[in-house]
Amino acid sequence: MRLGKSLIAGTAIALVTGGTAVAEELTIATVNNSDMIIMQKLSPQWEEATGHKLNWVVLEENVLRQRVTTDIATKGGSFDIVTIGAYEAPIWGKQGWLNGLEDLGDAYDYADIFEPVRNGLSADGTLYAVPFYAESSFTFYRTDLFEKAGLEKPTEQITYDQFADMVAKLHDPDNGVYGTCQRGKAGWGENMAFVGPMVNAFGGRWFDMEWNPTIDSPEWKAAITYYVDLMNNYGPPGASSNGHNENRALFADGKCATWVDATSAAGYIFNPNESSVADKTDFFQAPKQVTDKGTGWFWAWALAVPSSSTKVDAAKEFLAWATSKEYVTLVGETEGWVAAPPGTRKSTYENTAYIEAAPFAKTVETSILAANPADPTKDPVPYTGIQFVAIPEFQGIGNYVGQQIAAALAGQQTVDQALANSQNFAVREMTKAGYIK
Amino acid sequence: MARAVTASRKALTTAIAGALAFLMFFPILWIVVLSLKTEVDAIRAPWQVLTSGWTFESYGAVQERSDYFKHFWNSVIIAFGSTLLGLVIAVPAAWAMAFVPGKRTKDVLMWMLSTKMLPPVGVLVPIYLLFINIGLLDTRFGLVIVLMLINLPIIIWMLYTYFREIPGEILEAARMDGASLREEVLYVLTPMAIPGMASTVLLNVILAWNEAFWTLNLTASKAAPLTAFIASYSSPEGLFYAKLSAASVMAIAPILIMGWFSQKQLVRGLTFGAVK
Amino acid sequence: MATKASRAAARLMISPAVLLLLGWMIVPLSMTVYFSFLRYNLLMPGDNPFVGWENYKWFVTDPSFSAAMVNTLLLVGGVLLITVIGGILFALLLDQPMWGQGVIRIMVIAPFFVMPTVSGLVWKNMFMNPVNGIFGHLAQAIGMQPIDFFSQIPLLSIIGIVSWQWLPFATLILLTALQSLDQEQLEAAEMDGAGWLSRFWFIMLPHLARAITVVILIQTIFLLSIFAEILVTTNGGPGTATTNLTYLIYVSSLLQYDVGMGSAGGVIAIILANIVAIFLMRMIGKNLDA
Repeated sequence: MRLGKSLIAGTAIALVTGGTAVAEELTIATVNNSDMIIMQKLSPQWEEATGHKLNWVVLEENVLRQRVTTDIATKGGSFDIVTIGAYEAPIWGKQGWLNGLEDLGDAYDYADIFEPVRNGLSADGTLYAVPFYAESSFTFYRTDLFEKAGLEKPTEQITYDQFADMVAKLHDPDNGVYGTCQRGKAGWGENMAFVGPMVNAFGGRWFDMEWNPTIDSPEWKAAITYYVDLMNNYGPPGASSNGHNENRALFADGKCATWVDATSAAGYIFNPNESSVADKTDFFQAPKQVTDKGTGWFWAWALAVPSSSTKVDAAKEFLAWATSKEYVTLVGETEGWVAAPPGTRKSTYENTAYIEAAPFAKTVETSILAANPADPTKDPVPYTGIQFVAIPEFQGIGNYVGQQIAAALAGQQTVDQALANSQNFAVREMTKAGYIK
Repeated sequence: MARAVTASRKALTTAIAGALAFLMFFPILWIVVLSLKTEVDAIRAPWQVLTSGWTFESYGAVQERSDYFKHFWNSVIIAFGSTLLGLVIAVPAAWAMAFVPGKRTKDVLMWMLSTKMLPPVGVLVPIYLLFINIGLLDTRFGLVIVLMLINLPIIIWMLYTYFREIPGEILEAARMDGASLREEVLYVLTPMAIPGMASTVLLNVILAWNEAFWTLNLTASKAAPLTAFIASYSSPEGLFYAKLSAASVMAIAPILIMGWFSQKQLVRGLTFGAVK
Repeated sequence: MATKASRAAARLMISPAVLLLLGWMIVPLSMTVYFSFLRYNLLMPGDNPFVGWENYKWFVTDPSFSAAMVNTLLLVGGVLLITVIGGILFALLLDQPMWGQGVIRIMVIAPFFVMPTVSGLVWKNMFMNPVNGIFGHLAQAIGMQPIDFFSQIPLLSIIGIVSWQWLPFATLILLTALQSLDQEQLEAAEMDGAGWLSRFWFIMLPHLARAITVVILIQTIFLLSIFAEILVTTNGGPGTATTNLTYLIYVSSLLQYDVGMGSAGGVIAIILANIVAIFLMRMIGKNLDA
C-alpha cells in the first residue's frame, strides 16, 4: 500500500514539475513548546515563498499525542503534518502510518543530521520523521549557590550518592531555594523520563530478555527509594505535580539549586529575557551510580507526514524548510542564536555564532552523541530506548508506573507498594499483549 | 416584601451575602487581574500583584499566536446552532408529552435523560470512525449535530416542564374557537412558553459553549472552537500565568457577559419543574 | 381529553426526537458492544479477532477498577452534599432583603459560566499551586507550610473545584423554588410562635424537596462523567487517588488505545449509569409527580 502511495506521489511530482505548483492548504498539528511557537511565528515566510497556506493546531503535549494518535490510527486524514516524538516515529513508521522521508532533496543534506538522531527516527532503515530539535539530559546547577556552599563543579560524572550530598548542602528553603527540582508529575514522558535513566544508573531495566517485567527488582527499589527520599528532603513542595515546564519555571525563577533535565531547556535558562538565572547557571553530566550506561536520555521532537494525508508533496516541502540548516540560521538571526533549535545538525555546532551565544553547545553535542538507545542498560534487554521502551504497550505501562511512583512521592503509599503494583500491572499488560505466554 | 426589616439587619445580610458572593466570584476576578500583568508579576504574592503595573501585552501575545476570532465564531455557531436545532426537534416532542401524555411518557423522558449518561470517552473511537466515513470530521456541522444530540434530553425535559405549567383550559378554549393544531402551537402556546424557551436556550448555549471533549476531539483546525484555543495554553513552557489568564478571560468572557445580561431570565426560568 | 387523532399526532411529534436519540444511543452503543468482544488495539493494526469476554475480565480485574468505582461515588456524593447544603444556605441568604441583590446574585452564579477546563487550570495553577498559587503565598505569609493540594488531598481538591462550578446551579434552582413559597404561610407560622428552625424544617424544606430532587438528578447526570477537571489537574493521580470510572475508560481507550478494553469499560459504565438512572427515576417518580 505504501508502494501505491509513493507511486501516486511520484506521478504527482512528475505532473507538477514543469508546470506551476498548486497552492495547498495544509493542516499542521504541533506541541506548544517555545521552539514550535517560533516555528509558527516564522512560517508566514515559507507561506509567502511557496504560496501554500498552513492551518495551525497547537495543543498541549498530552492532548496533542491523543489527538494525533487517534487520527492517524483510524486514518482520519485530519492532519497533513504532525509533530511526533522519538518514541512514536519508529513504531508508527513500522505500521505504515507515515510517509518515508528519504526524498527531501539534495539541498537538505541528510549527512548533516546527527547519526543517533537519524537512527532514532527511522524504522528498518527508512527515515520516517525529520528532527526539529533533539535533546539529551544533563544537570543544571547554580554557580552562585555552589560558591556559597563551598562546592566545586565536578570534573567527572558523579554518582547519585555524591549528588545527594551536594544537594543537601545547597538546600535552603528559608531563603526560597530548594536543593533540587526533579520531575514528579506522573506520565511516561514526565516523571518516567527522569526516573528511567536513574533506574538505568542504578543497574535496573524494564524487562529481561524474555520480556518479563523486572520492576520489583532490588535495583528499582534502590533507585525509587533514593528518588523519593531525595525529593522529600530537598525538593520543592508539590513535587509530585511538577513536570518539565513547572520545574523549568521554578529554576528560571531562581528557586532550585540543581535540576536534571532536558538539554533543550538550556536555550531558555540561558536566555536573560526568560530567566533570572541566565548568568549564574552552569551544567554537568547527569549522575551515574553502579553504571554509566543510559544515564542521559535521548529525545527528539520531529515532523512527519501521515500516510493518510492527501497533500504529501506540499507537506514535505514544509518539512524540508522547517528542519533545514537555513531554518536554524533564520531562527538564529531573528530570535537570537541561543533560541536556535538544538541537537539536530552538525552544522549548528560548527557555527561560531551559535557556539558563542550558547555556552552549553559543546556539552549538549557530546551528550546527544553519547546517548545510545540501542544499548541502554547494564544487563542486556530486548528493547531499544533509554527513558522509554519502543513498543506500543509502553505508553500504558509507563503511565501507570509513573502514577504509582507519583503516589509514593506524594506519601500516599510506600515505595514497595508502588513497585509491587507496577510489577503486577506490567505483567498483566504484557500477558494481555501476548509477550508473556 | 411583607415583612418589615430593620436597616441594620438588612446591612448585616448585605455584608454577609456580599462577602460570600465575592469569594465565589474571586477566582474569575483574579484571572482578569492576572491577565493584565506581566508574566513575572503574575506569579508574585497577591499583594505584590496588586501593586505592580498593568499591561495588555498578554492579550497581544495570545492574539498573535492564535486566531481568537476564528475560534470565537466557531464557538458561537456551534453553541447557538446546536441549541436552535435542538429546539426545533424538542418543541414538538415536549409539546406532545406535556399535553397528550401517555402511559409511557415518563419512562420515555427518563430514558432520554439516561442517554446523557453515556460516557463520551468510551464511544469516541466509534464516533470518530463514523465521522471519518461520513466526512464530518473537523466540520462545524458535525459538532452542531453531536452537541444537539447530547443536550436534546435536557432541552426536551425543560420544555416539557414549562409546557406542563400552562393550564390546559386555555388550549381547550382555543380549540373550541376552532384553532388548528398549528395555530394553537404558534399563537397560544408559544407566547406563553417564551420565558421558558429563553432560559432553555440560555442554559444549552452555556452547556454547548463549555463542552470540551467532543469539541476538542472531533476538530482539527477549521471547526475548532474556544475549547481548543484554551488547550494550547494549558501547560506551556516557562512562565505562563498571565497568558493563560488572558486566554481564559477571552474564552469565558462572551458567555459570562451573555449570562449576566440575561441572568433575570435565567433565574426566573431555570426551574426544571421544581416549582409548582 | 386526548383523542385518538391527537394521540397519533403526538406520536408523530415525539418521533423525531426519539428516533434521533435512539440512533445516537444505538449506533455507538452497538459499535461499542461489538468492539468490546474484539482484541482491538489502535496501535496494533491487523485483524481484530473475537475474544469473548476477555476484555471485560481485563477491565474488571484492572487494579484501578475498584478504586475508580469508589472515587466515582465519593466524587458524585461529595459534590452533591456540598452543593445541596451550600445551595440551600445560599438560597436562604439571597432570599433575604438586601441592598445590591442583583450584583450579588450575578457574582454568585458566575462560576457556572466558566468552562470546566478553564476552571481546572485556574484552580490548579493560580490557587492551589503550593509555590506560586494564592493559597501557597498566603500560607507562607503567615509562616505555615503551604498545603500541597493535589498530592495531599487530591480527591478533596477536585471535589472542591467541581463544587465551585455547580454550587451556583443548585443555588439558582433552590432560590427560584424558595421565592415561590407562600409568604403568608410563613407569617402564620411565625405568629403561632414557631421558631426559625422549625419554620425551616416544617415549611421551607418540604417545599424545597422537589427542587432538591431536580438538583440531584441533573447534577448526577453531569457528575458521573466528570473528566476535564481531572485531566487538567491530576491526570487521575497520584496513583489512582482521583481516577473515576470515566477517567479509567479514557486511560484504556485513549492512552493505551486498547479500544476493546475501553469499550468493555464503556459498556460497564453504561450499565452502571442505567442502574443509577432507574434508582433516580424511582426517586423522581415519587417526588416530581404533581
